[in-house]
Amino acid sequence: MDKKLRILVAKPGLDGHDRGAKVVARALRDAGFEVIYTGLHQTPDMIVATAIQEDVNAVGLSILSGAHMTIFPNVMKLLKKKKAVDILLFGGGIIPDEDKKALYKLGVGKLFGPGTDTAEIVAYLKKYFKL
Amino acid sequence: MTLIENNDHKAKSILNTLYPRTGNAWRIGITGPPGAGKSTLVEKLAMECVKHNLSVGIVCIDPTSPFSGGAILGDRVRMSSLFLDPKVFIRSMATRGSLGGIAKATKQMCDLLDAFKKDIIIIETIGVGQVELDVAGIAFTTIVVLVPEAGDSIQTMKAGLMEIADIFVVNKSDRDGADKMVMEIQSILEMKDFDRIPVVLKTIGTEGKGVTDLYKSILEHKDYLKVTNKIKQRMQSTIQTEITEIVQEHIDKQVWRNPKIKLALNRFIDNIINGRQTPYHAADKIYAIWKKLGRKI
Repeated sequence: MDKKLRILVAKPGLDGHDRGAKVVARALRDAGFEVIYTGLHQTPDMIVATAIQEDVNAVGLSILSGAHMTIFPNVMKLLKKKKAVDILLFGGGIIPDEDKKALYKLGVGKLFGPGTDTAEIVAYLKKYFKL
Repeated sequence: MTLIENNDHKAKSILNTLYPRTGNAWRIGITGPPGAGKSTLVEKLAMECVKHNLSVGIVCIDPTSPFSGGAILGDRVRMSSLFLDPKVFIRSMATRGSLGGIAKATKQMCDLLDAFKKDIIIIETIGVGQVELDVAGIAFTTIVVLVPEAGDSIQTMKAGLMEIADIFVVNKSDRDGADKMVMEIQSILEMKDFDRIPVVLKTIGTEGKGVTDLYKSILEHKDYLKVTNKIKQRMQSTIQTEITEIVQEHIDKQVWRNPKIKLALNRFIDNIINGRQTPYHAADKIYAIWKKLGRKI
């Protein structure tokens, strides 16, 4: 078997700051993962449809617009609706600690803030998927 | 699809079960150099198919890094209008070491989409150079996408990529030199005897211009292959290649995983380095060992 970890990196909502998402995508590539990158302005429906068609292990969302309390729960809800709860949802952006806590309670995976070393994200995923 | 792509132990039985359901989809290959506009054209072509009430499966391939084994699969960036279309299914694949412009399991992915009753299957290769031509071996209609700046008549005369097209597309044709590029391609095609001269079309992918003509040309090519029964030849050669590859894989496994051969190989390598043997002697001996073992299996 030649298994590879497949990660969807998506940029939901209206903000166009995709530098962070691209840096993370690149770092995951260099860690040996297959990264599906979909570009800007993705809706939760688009993200979940893509995650299922591509059969990814994890979805990473980059949100810098402040819409994290809407988008993360919506994606989570849709993943549940589509019976795709085996897919890890994690992310990054400017997310206050109390919001992080609320999202963790919903079952969202780790949320990374500005200035995170990409190695930390890679290490988190490797640990989560026992690589 | 993941099990097939990962060559899981269940893959063979899944393919054996689903194979009898294949044979209905028309398989279109889209290839060309990086940045020619393949993904954008695929999006527009898929939209055209959906407009004609056809369901579409897309397999898009991007390269695996030879250093990290990772990949950025970014073809979807140009296809977002298709994400929520229930008639369209998109699957991205990394080459995982294959050098022919597609992945090893791309043909099998197409078989699955075919079995899932997609009417049209579009295979988008990685951005190719001149010799990554494997897609022509699994597609019924191969489209080569070029841009106006793709070169003069010497470039279009070269072997490889320019020989596999059933349809040529000069994309980004709002740029200078598009008509000249079309003429360069046509003048090369005139030098050779074809049963059917490949069509040369102009498109502007981002605006969807020329895509209806492209769709029509694909249908014409399909009719041509069916009427002349050339489709049978294409299928024969695809199946032959597939069987050859599977047998090759079996043999490779049997040979290189055999402990006796592994041992001999290591000994021969030392011998060769020390100047006592040549690689050709060693290969003959390994073949002889395998043949002897083969009788017992």
